[in-house]
Amino acid sequence: MATAADWMSAASFLSMAGLIAFLGYGGSVYLMGWTGGFVLLALLLAPFLREFGKFTVPDFVGDRYYSTTARVIAVVCTLFISFTYIAGQMKGVGVAFSGFLGVPFEWGIGIGMVIVFIYAVLGGMKGVTYTQVAQYVVMIFAYTVPAIFISLIITGNAIPQLGFISNVRGDEISMLDKLNEVVTGLGFGAYTETSKSKLDVFAITGALMFGTAGLPHVIVRFFTVRSASAARYSAGWALVFIALLYTTAPAVGAFARLNFINTVNDATYIEDGEDYDMTAAAIVAEGGKPVPVWYKDWEKTGLLSYEDLNGDGIMQYRGPNAPDGLQNELKPSNDIFVLANPQIAQLPGWVVGLMVAGGLAAALSTAAGLLMVISSAVSHDLCRKTLFKDMNDKTELRVARGAAASAVFAAGLLGIFSSQLGFVAQVVAFAFGLAAASLFPTIFLGIFWKRMNREGAIASMIFGLVATFTYIVYFKFVDLDPTHWFLGVSPEGIGFLFMLGSLAVGMAVSVITAPPPQEIQDIVEDIRVPGLRRTLSVAQEHSAP
Amino acid sequence: MQEKIEIDGKGYWRAVLRLTLSLLAIWFLASYGAGILFRDFLDQVKIGGAPLGFWFAQNGAIYVFVVLIFYYCWAMGRLERKFGLRG
Repeated sequence: MATAADWMSAASFLSMAGLIAFLGYGGSVYLMGWTGGFVLLALLLAPFLREFGKFTVPDFVGDRYYSTTARVIAVVCTLFISFTYIAGQMKGVGVAFSGFLGVPFEWGIGIGMVIVFIYAVLGGMKGVTYTQVAQYVVMIFAYTVPAIFISLIITGNAIPQLGFISNVRGDEISMLDKLNEVVTGLGFGAYTETSKSKLDVFAITGALMFGTAGLPHVIVRFFTVRSASAARYSAGWALVFIALLYTTAPAVGAFARLNFINTVNDATYIEDGEDYDMTAAAIVAEGGKPVPVWYKDWEKTGLLSYEDLNGDGIMQYRGPNAPDGLQNELKPSNDIFVLANPQIAQLPGWVVGLMVAGGLAAALSTAAGLLMVISSAVSHDLCRKTLFKDMNDKTELRVARGAAASAVFAAGLLGIFSSQLGFVAQVVAFAFGLAAASLFPTIFLGIFWKRMNREGAIASMIFGLVATFTYIVYFKFVDLDPTHWFLGVSPEGIGFLFMLGSLAVGMAVSVITAPPPQEIQDIVEDIRVPGLRRTLSVAQEHSAP
Repeated sequence: MQEKIEIDGKGYWRAVLRLTLSLLAIWFLASYGAGILFRDFLDQVKIGGAPLGFWFAQNGAIYVFVVLIFYYCWAMGRLERKFGLRG
């Protein structure tokens, strides 16, 4: 469960159902990508890394490729990935706090920074695993309870996964057909379709899958389990817990979209200065629909905005091809959907509170796991193993705390200023792309191809990291025109193509340079067979003087 | 080194690779196949109120993944016993 909580970030909790609500079929990339990665992790990496018997990803890279340079590059990759990821989490914390306290989004992030700091930096790292299990329980309750209620209201079926494929309550039309009808009627693309090309959908799914398998803070979980077999099972159980949430998400997304349109579209707006209750009653008396209370609550966060373009005081929510030719006046952020959903469906206050608690738990547990990776990468892999070899445990701990503290601070700032990067889930998707292209090929080839050597690993990591990072930055900040994308693949999906490139580069460079030393090749053979390497290393320790 | 039992590491590894490859084939078909590449074809059939391809992309693939990993755990346990790596 700790693995599940670790990995089930603010992105999965807050942002994903919201993304699916807007993207419909296009949101599938996140669902398949993030779960499919666990299959790769269980089959290709986890048991073998366990057999290798090291504790961090840079440790594995440094030892397998007998090179300090490779280790340092792996540290750099780890930092890049974790940092991007944590910025996404801080955004999630910001959304939860701003909605909960009714303050602007930037304040929400500020409060979140303080909490994460106290929680992960001052509180130390030891308790993190236990609290993560508790957080998982909070999260799953917070997610499924409102989903069950909403599913009951809309489809009459208490299980959201079944409600998803059921008919609308008291009607002959299926929920999804109804949703398609409603959204196309407002000029949006059909819910079960996407505007993305097949290749792009394929690439994004790939980047997310291979990225999941290459995420340092997920991988480290498998270094410390009892045996290779335990590593396989724990990947399986992690996926079970994740699947519980992920199969609910599409239902939540679809319901949220339907509810949002029903309550807000064509509602009469009420200004901040007016008495809400009186005005709302007057609007109802005239046969109109007043703007709902939840909307006014969330408006304060700045994550939802309405601009009365045609001056009629009514909120028109329209897509680009609206049949009635009206302009869209509403701009909601995807990230609020899951949190606002219980309010939209007018569920009781404690359900709403549960949701906020779940969102915070998700963001905090992932942030804590990431901070552990960042601080150990800096203190253990960089400082102790590379720069200052005579460092003692106390200094290592101090460096670790310092690194974690500065990471929280910098990530918070990044979360605030990364508004152009899009939603929480998208920011996080970049981290997956980076992981897929930089670390996955090196770890994978390190296990499955004995001939992979130091030069190949270094070239492959550098290629993957630099190419993916450049592509993302270029198309997110410099050239915003999607028609210039390479083969029409978006920055979210490019990690997949560069992962293939990185595999090719690594293998090509390895072939033209000297093979790795015999003892390394022997180690690779040993980690493939469970039990062999452990007896070996124990024997070595005993024979050491 | 106590009693040195001859372990057929090569044979074991070949069996592992065969298992891994066939499971990855299913993994590929359930996600990239059913959910993306052949989606339009599968959408002709409906599961409940949802087109099948769409359902695979949003729900079905995840169920398949869970089953895959647990089958892998079980099959690997069997392989380890067969090659005398356990017990």
